[in-house]
Amino acid sequence: MELCSFLTLDSFITDPLTHEFMRKALLMSSIVAAVCGFLSSYLTLKGWALMGDAVSHSVMPGVVVAYALGLPFSLGAFIFGVGSVALIGFIKQKSRVKEDTVIGLVFTGFFALGIVLVSKIKSNIDLHSILFGSPLGISLSDVKQTIFISLLVVILLSIFRKDLMLYCFDPRHAKTVGINVFFLHYLLLTCLSLAAVVGLQSVGIILVVAMLITPGATAYLLTDKFDNMTVISVLSAIISSLIGIYVSFWFDLETGGSIVLAQTFIFLFAFLFAPRYGIFKLKKLFAGYK
Amino acid sequence: METINYQNFRIEAENICVDYNGKVALYDANLRLKPGQICGLVGMNGAGKTTFFNALTGFVNISKGKIRINGESVRSAQKDQTIAYVPQNEGIDSQFPISVWDVVMMGRYGSMNIFRCPRESDIQAVKDAIERVDLTDHLSTPIGNLSGGQRKRTFLARAIAQRASILLLDEPFSGVDIRTEKLISELFIQFKNEGKTILLSTHDMIHVREFCDLVLLINKTVVAYGETSEVFTPENITTTFGGISPDFLFGPES
Repeated sequence: MELCSFLTLDSFITDPLTHEFMRKALLMSSIVAAVCGFLSSYLTLKGWALMGDAVSHSVMPGVVVAYALGLPFSLGAFIFGVGSVALIGFIKQKSRVKEDTVIGLVFTGFFALGIVLVSKIKSNIDLHSILFGSPLGISLSDVKQTIFISLLVVILLSIFRKDLMLYCFDPRHAKTVGINVFFLHYLLLTCLSLAAVVGLQSVGIILVVAMLITPGATAYLLTDKFDNMTVISVLSAIISSLIGIYVSFWFDLETGGSIVLAQTFIFLFAFLFAPRYGIFKLKKLFAGYK
Repeated sequence: METINYQNFRIEAENICVDYNGKVALYDANLRLKPGQICGLVGMNGAGKTTFFNALTGFVNISKGKIRINGESVRSAQKDQTIAYVPQNEGIDSQFPISVWDVVMMGRYGSMNIFRCPRESDIQAVKDAIERVDLTDHLSTPIGNLSGGQRKRTFLARAIAQRASILLLDEPFSGVDIRTEKLISELFIQFKNEGKTILLSTHDMIHVREFCDLVLLINKTVVAYGETSEVFTPENITTTFGGISPDFLFGPES
């Protein structure tokens, strides 16, 4: 009977909306996607993809400990997210080991700690939902936390939008004209940790880095203006989330994976057909016919 | 002992040392520049030219010595927008999605409010600066679509918009076209007349003779410093570029 529903796009879209968990999932995932997409422009321009991966994996033990102690999971995640960054900085400074190696070993260490803790702490922690996300089963307290954190990140990014752009583009100039580069560095890291925390609910710890880099990368191929890049990044993230959730509903697929796959497909589309920077430079093709 | 009146000097660097995690990049370097002086900073790659710039802008901390900018600390020079840094073309991400206008506007950030909302005066300053470097036709061009010379002029405009009294230029003539070179040399004369102080690094000996009143030859420390006509001698240049590196003399840990 489901097949019949596909005949009309209308019911393809509206049928899932009759379920409350779907409405909630669509709304929450859109908020999460918007936040991650916003941050994504900065991370891709700054070249912090690996850092995003590191922070998102490192929050694992924080989530487990917070659940075990009955604390808000975002608190635990945030502490471990920021802690991992501090540890990476410390080891890098005090040893001769190269930065990417330090990042790799710190986040895998934290991640392993999280997995060991899950196996040891007997509780109702659902490892699967932490690793792969569970936007369809999001609880009310999680909803509140997510909205609060999302608002916080959006406000911070909005206030320091231009300073962060300058910091990504030319930190030396920022420093020269008296802008606090140290503060901006940690602001961006804090937003990264917070975005990872909300993002992992949608797609889980393993895939959250995709939420933080793919929309930015897609937007980067489509525009030469920073403001447009942010808008495109946010929109592509939201659209991917909606597509991912609908597809996972109709075809009974893993939701987190579907969302990230949708992002990947949008990126591939931009990669092939972006007017100026795509493989097939559409702008040139059309110009040729004129 | 003679007492120095710092007010006479725009830049006053005294025995400064910079090291990165124990590796010495610059030691015992001295420099004094007055308003209206143009000084060339000459040395090999890795001789500490960029480090010298970084120390003056406060981008790296000095481990020893003292820097005074207009008689004040580097920190207050930053707050006062005193120093502008014009980076090498290689030193910036030319693929960054940003237009000429936005880059030049960044010269005004330090004196704007926290949201960096441009006031009428900021917009005027940016317009004037862009006009002075002859890029008015490229206001909204992304920097990725500019030629090397145009990109260099964009960053010069940013320094002009900042209204800094000290300009630090990293290889201003490398990879630029004849037109840009001519424009830069005209600007130098204007800057000099406005009483700005310019410190520029360069590989090109001809440019030093042409533009620089003073020259600072460095190889991790000052090899020679003074009037270009006196100091810029073949012997000194040979010492700067071919001399024994201080690592040999003092060991890398010195």
